[in-house]
Amino acid sequence: MSNKIAVQVDDLTVAYNYKPVLWDIDLEIPEGVLMAIVGPNGAGKSTLIKSILGILKPIAGSVSIYGKSYDKQRSLVAYVPQKGSVDWDFPTTALDVVMMGTYGSLGWIKRPGQKQKKAALEALEQVGMLPFKNRQISQLSGGQQQRIFLARALVQDASIYFMDEPFQGVDATTEIAIINILKALRKANKTVIVVHHDLQTVPEYFDWVTFLNVKKIATGPVKDIFNDDNLTKTYGINYKVSIHK
Amino acid sequence: MDLLEYIELVINDYTLRTITLGTAILGAVTGMLGSFAVLRKQSLLGDAISHAALPGIAIAFLLTGAKESNTLLLGALVSGLIGTFWIRGIITKTHLKSDTALGLILSLFFGFGMLLLTFIQKQPNANQAGLDKYLFGQAATLVESDVWLMAIVTGLCLFVLLLFWKEFKILLFDKDYAKTLGFNTKTIDILITSFIVLAIVLGLQTVGVVLMSAMLLAPAAAARQWTNNLSVMVFLAAFFGAFSGVFGTAISATQNNLSTGPVIVIVASVFVMFSFIFSPNRGLLFRQIRFIKNRRDLELHKTLSFMFNIAKTHENISHPHTIKILNNFQGYTKGTLKKLVDKNYVTLNGNMWSLTQEGFETASNLYNQQFKKDE
Repeated sequence: MSNKIAVQVDDLTVAYNYKPVLWDIDLEIPEGVLMAIVGPNGAGKSTLIKSILGILKPIAGSVSIYGKSYDKQRSLVAYVPQKGSVDWDFPTTALDVVMMGTYGSLGWIKRPGQKQKKAALEALEQVGMLPFKNRQISQLSGGQQQRIFLARALVQDASIYFMDEPFQGVDATTEIAIINILKALRKANKTVIVVHHDLQTVPEYFDWVTFLNVKKIATGPVKDIFNDDNLTKTYGINYKVSIHK
Repeated sequence: MDLLEYIELVINDYTLRTITLGTAILGAVTGMLGSFAVLRKQSLLGDAISHAALPGIAIAFLLTGAKESNTLLLGALVSGLIGTFWIRGIITKTHLKSDTALGLILSLFFGFGMLLLTFIQKQPNANQAGLDKYLFGQAATLVESDVWLMAIVTGLCLFVLLLFWKEFKILLFDKDYAKTLGFNTKTIDILITSFIVLAIVLGLQTVGVVLMSAMLLAPAAAARQWTNNLSVMVFLAAFFGAFSGVFGTAISATQNNLSTGPVIVIVASVFVMFSFIFSPNRGLLFRQIRFIKNRRDLELHKTLSFMFNIAKTHENISHPHTIKILNNFQGYTKGTLKKLVDKNYVTLNGNMWSLTQEGFETASNLYNQQFKKDE
């Protein structure tokens, strides 16, 4: 971890209809952290990520990636959406989905070539999915589909990775495989931001955490702020489950 | 009339040639674009657009008094586009679901179109006859210039499709992700939708408002059954569409009193039904066959492993056992025993069975192999 700020969010407010989903969020994410965003359902965790990535338009506030707007820093950012957000019966193969990670650097019209294919195969190898490269994506298990999405982000070769619930519906083997990749990314001084649900694993997996429930409750190193007090403030109930540190 | 005679007729007869070419091109372009509509789960959009085109035809006639197709289709295009944007507007601005929005616009525009059509028919103007052909289409009214127009639009559509193939694909699969990569998804979206509207409008004269959406959906739905590759699917859909056009035209040309549009739609629907049943991977028939075969294999494996568990308690694995013992195993049938013998896993001697070396090895590797396959 260095002193550089990878992502800065100022006064971000987002609303779908009348009620704000995110209210006045200020957030600084230092470079090189592996950060969990935790909070109850409807706390705006996915919305926060989507707003930072420009998928959703905020009502107010601004976001900067290494000091510049997202539009200018796009190539530094990769995204792993929720697995359930796409139709896995789409007629395409695992390799083809991973190749999509290269589309951003290609820009309009230009087709992916050998170089892009090589990068995609490497990413598949990294997530242990190379033997499945030609598999139709509907014939992959949930954990395998998640790995494909991860590979697609890896191929972007970004500095900052945003992941929306990458552990959702995956088995223990896949979870370990994924967290090992995330830890390797952090080691390479990449910043990884993960929407996470399983509070028990936060201290083990992450070194940085943000508590969110429409408002930002707290953000900082896991060892300093991951405590019952913040959990209670975020989840609104007296949080009694003791968490191993 | 045999096939050769018919082909000769198509080549020599102006009307038949025009209709055949026209319906073939129309089928190809709607099949191509229909793939996108189907994959975006916007199957009903085509239906709404074609119905929304009707008032445009009537208004174009009322304003210009013209009956030539290009003017009327321009009207159809305008009102089709208006309908499409209203649907998009309703979906994004209100809480209504897309099927409600589609149904609403479809019936509103179609109702208004019918109203205008009846109004026009009551006019004391001899020129009005024939507007209602746009309801069910009349391929016989196609002339060479119509076909040229279709060909140009199809060529343009193909060019755009090849140019923006990668963008179309990523928009269809994962729109939000495409956005984060910096693609203007709205532009791609509008491009696809505009081409769908254009293709539908071009088909109104031939197939008509009511049946047009089938041209969009049927070839694409059939094509999806045969492939897991997007480019192959688009190509197949175009081929199925074109073939439906040619074949439908042939049927209606050689039989009396069969209107071309509906026949084409029926031919396309036959493609769909055939594909649903007989396609090798997704088809109902082979799926059922695979299902039954898998069950049988499993029964066989279960019986073999039951025998294996008995055999392995003996020093000599081929130690004979009585067949009666197998009755303790619930899935056992005489058929499975016979199959095991056929596969040389088991030998029979009177009412005794014994496991062969091969059967023993297969049984001991059964679950390991299963596990490897899954991994």
